[in-house]
Amino acid sequence: MSQDHSEKQSEQKEFHETRRGFLKQSTAMMALALTPPIVLKAAEKDEAIAALFEKVPVSMEINGKKQQLSVEPRTTLLDLLREQLALTGTKKGCDHGQCGACTVHINGMRVNSCLTLAVMQEGKKITTIEGLANGEELHPMQQAFIKHDGFQCGYCTPGQIMSAVACIREGHANSPEEIREFMSGNICRCGAYDNIVSAVLEVKQGGQKV
Amino acid sequence: MRQDKNVGKPLDRVDGRLKVTGGAKYFADNHMEDLQHACLVCSTIASGRIKSIDTKAALHAPGVLDVVSHLNTAPAPGYKQPDGKARRQLRIFADDRIYANGQPVAIVVANTMERAVYAASLVKIQYEQEVHHTDMRANDKAAYQTDRMKDYVRGTTDAWKTAPVQLEASYSTPIEVHNPMELAGIIAKWDGPDNLTIWSKTQGVKNSQVALREIFQIPDQNIVVHSPFVGGGFGMALRIWPHEIATIIAAKKVGKPVKLVISRDQMFTMVGHRPAADQKIGIGATQDGQLVGITHEAIASTSTYEDFTEAITSMSRFMYACPNVNTRYKIVPINVCTPIWMRGPGEATGAFALESAIDELSYKLGMDPLALRVKNYAATDPEKNLPFSSNYLREAYEMGAAKIGWNNRPANPRALKEGDWFVGYGVSTGVFGAHRGKASAGAIFKSDGSLVVQSATTDIGPGTATAMVQIAADATGISPNHIQFQLGESTFPDAPEQGGSATVSTVGSAVHDVCQELKTKLLELATTHIPDFKNSTPENSTFENGYLVTAGDAGKMEISLSDILQKSNTPVLQVTTTSKAGDERKKYSMYSFSVHFAKVHVHASTGIVRIKHVVSVADSGTIVNSKTAASQMIGGVVGGIGMALTEEAVLDHRYGRYANNNFGDYHVPVHADTPPTDILFINKKDPVINPMGSKGMGEIALIGFAAAVSNAVYNATGKRVRDLPITPDKLI
Repeated sequence: MSQDHSEKQSEQKEFHETRRGFLKQSTAMMALALTPPIVLKAAEKDEAIAALFEKVPVSMEINGKKQQLSVEPRTTLLDLLREQLALTGTKKGCDHGQCGACTVHINGMRVNSCLTLAVMQEGKKITTIEGLANGEELHPMQQAFIKHDGFQCGYCTPGQIMSAVACIREGHANSPEEIREFMSGNICRCGAYDNIVSAVLEVKQGGQKV
Repeated sequence: MRQDKNVGKPLDRVDGRLKVTGGAKYFADNHMEDLQHACLVCSTIASGRIKSIDTKAALHAPGVLDVVSHLNTAPAPGYKQPDGKARRQLRIFADDRIYANGQPVAIVVANTMERAVYAASLVKIQYEQEVHHTDMRANDKAAYQTDRMKDYVRGTTDAWKTAPVQLEASYSTPIEVHNPMELAGIIAKWDGPDNLTIWSKTQGVKNSQVALREIFQIPDQNIVVHSPFVGGGFGMALRIWPHEIATIIAAKKVGKPVKLVISRDQMFTMVGHRPAADQKIGIGATQDGQLVGITHEAIASTSTYEDFTEAITSMSRFMYACPNVNTRYKIVPINVCTPIWMRGPGEATGAFALESAIDELSYKLGMDPLALRVKNYAATDPEKNLPFSSNYLREAYEMGAAKIGWNNRPANPRALKEGDWFVGYGVSTGVFGAHRGKASAGAIFKSDGSLVVQSATTDIGPGTATAMVQIAADATGISPNHIQFQLGESTFPDAPEQGGSATVSTVGSAVHDVCQELKTKLLELATTHIPDFKNSTPENSTFENGYLVTAGDAGKMEISLSDILQKSNTPVLQVTTTSKAGDERKKYSMYSFSVHFAKVHVHASTGIVRIKHVVSVADSGTIVNSKTAASQMIGGVVGGIGMALTEEAVLDHRYGRYANNNFGDYHVPVHADTPPTDILFINKKDPVINPMGSKGMGEIALIGFAAAVSNAVYNATGKRVRDLPITPDKLI
């Protein structure tokens, strides 16, 4: 088995070296076109500069604020929000789109931000939990979650709330059964489901614009 | 005496706003200058040793600072000391041994998370593989007992075999993984060689501090642990784990703060689990249902390097008034990470077997299972021979039965059908020790009338700060709006970890006591500095609505507490108190009790189980906050639904590797799996355990629940599922 393992590793290595080789080549080409020779020379030695060539410019609106960003193509929207923009309200629970903790709105639709790349968001409007309230005034869903105790540890809560708002907007919050079905992409390990259903139902029945 | 005003109320959580706005900072939400990111490299074999680690490609990858393993770092100082123990915690980076698949063996540090993850994929490890065992049942000959798990005998061994009505049955429960939504991890920062600060997912900041003191051989005061918000724990964060030590070592080596967040699949292999267990119950009764004897034997898994034991057989010893009981419990080493208590811990495992067996016996007797339980109700603890401090089980049975509509339950299985669905009802009992440990709390009262109470406990979700504010409000007469409770910092007065359903009892008592101390000091200030109040005494004075009220000769006088400080030139009044249990435990047996009722539908042709309605009743003494307490009970029920119907960590024994190490394949209950749940509280003060009269609740919320479901499934279908989880394949 260890032999299999090392074979696999060497395949992997080959692939990775190819990736690096490709990046070096394309970096060199871009560099030739755009960069003065002195920087080009430094780039060979300095990873920090080389890193810039691995990044792609992208602009998007996050919580109402236009952002010009430079991201690696492999960076997810979730990691961009959390690690680079310090919008840590959006949580990482699985990184596989299986738990919903990272749910945000992209152009008003609920999306697992761990399954979407940051570079794909050119021109999009992103709303995170930090952008849901109207200043100090909480969104009705946030108020309802507090009132009905729709959480315990609070970790899945930002995703639950973003998902719940979209659930109403989609027209999928007409009964407890329907809410349970259409909120099933958001796991709550503390098991606050009953209270979350009450919160969503109250906001839906209150008829406020969400 | 003023009536209690806040304890019992459904106060909104004091940290609710932070939690719904994304403002609550969990460990991984902290940013700091020069923060580096780490990713673990984990073993791909289950037993053996590391032959070599090739880090060349990883070190060459962009942004990588270091790849740390046992090959390039000295073991933590505490790991170097010979401790004479054959079995002990995994000592990461101390040697080349592999005990489990997915064991962390190296840590890559880079300047971004993506770079660390990528570089970790480049680390090449050669192993020398040895035979592994991950199948507990196949390895049961290796079962052993430790000093902490002696056989228990009351009366005659195996007396059930002499009873007119007998039942013998075996039950199994698989490995379950806690899987809190928050991934485990740590940020480690060294300031100089001997000062360590961590932000970590832990249920006990003091626990972590003590563990780090031992491992890194630096004094307590040089170790600061922050854990103000914890994204769920369920037991997995009750100890320091190797990934934390690895990160701390790496942070020291690179000379910069380092953050590690482990991945969901790593949550299966390095932060514990509920061990697998096989249990056998023999139970016998007279024709009219009087229990004659119970024999309860269990084996459960542990790791190959450390003993893990829990109270799997304990409930059988005292739950029922049975003259003859014997229990035996052994553990079996397998090549996985060491288990750790998972909500309800061993009691939940044991209750599934005992409460299923009671149900099975009831059908043999032709008796209602509820009536059988009531008939064998233990009015005093038959194991300890002590009275219970409080026990309202019979009331709980009655309340729950009325709510679920127990008289609709068919006496015989497979007798009730709605469309294509068989309908069944089940009941079970849960019990867990009501504990009170030692804790300290500090109170800081300022002349603006605000009170801050601090204690180094944590809150993994039950709403600890909210409950503590309510306790402090009633103890001081200060409005909850003017009280803040702070937790999750190792610099606060000592408190144990949040576990074992003991936080309200333990820390709540310290909060209560420090508030009494605060009132004593305020009274002293008033009598010394304010002439009108020179004759105030605890007997003629009360604290109400932020005022000291003294019934003097000239009638009632009052002064606001902030005025006492101002008039005595005291800007801040600060007191700290340590509080612990007395010798009550020598006189009383203390337990919390729960009764779970479930109504299920089982599809006649597909075997799908739908839980339609749950009623759970808790006898846990005084309810401090009726809203958060109900949430905690509902949460336990949801955990119990997972245990009953969906959760099983499947090991592929060929590789000793988990085959379903993600949320897509390891099924925790989702919204659609959970029914409307009614929570009922006895809410009667325990007269003994602590000043509030509150027993614990976190564990009893789950303990026994799985049996209520399996008993209901039998009532619906006539099929007895003794191996959890109850998946459709077991019913068709």
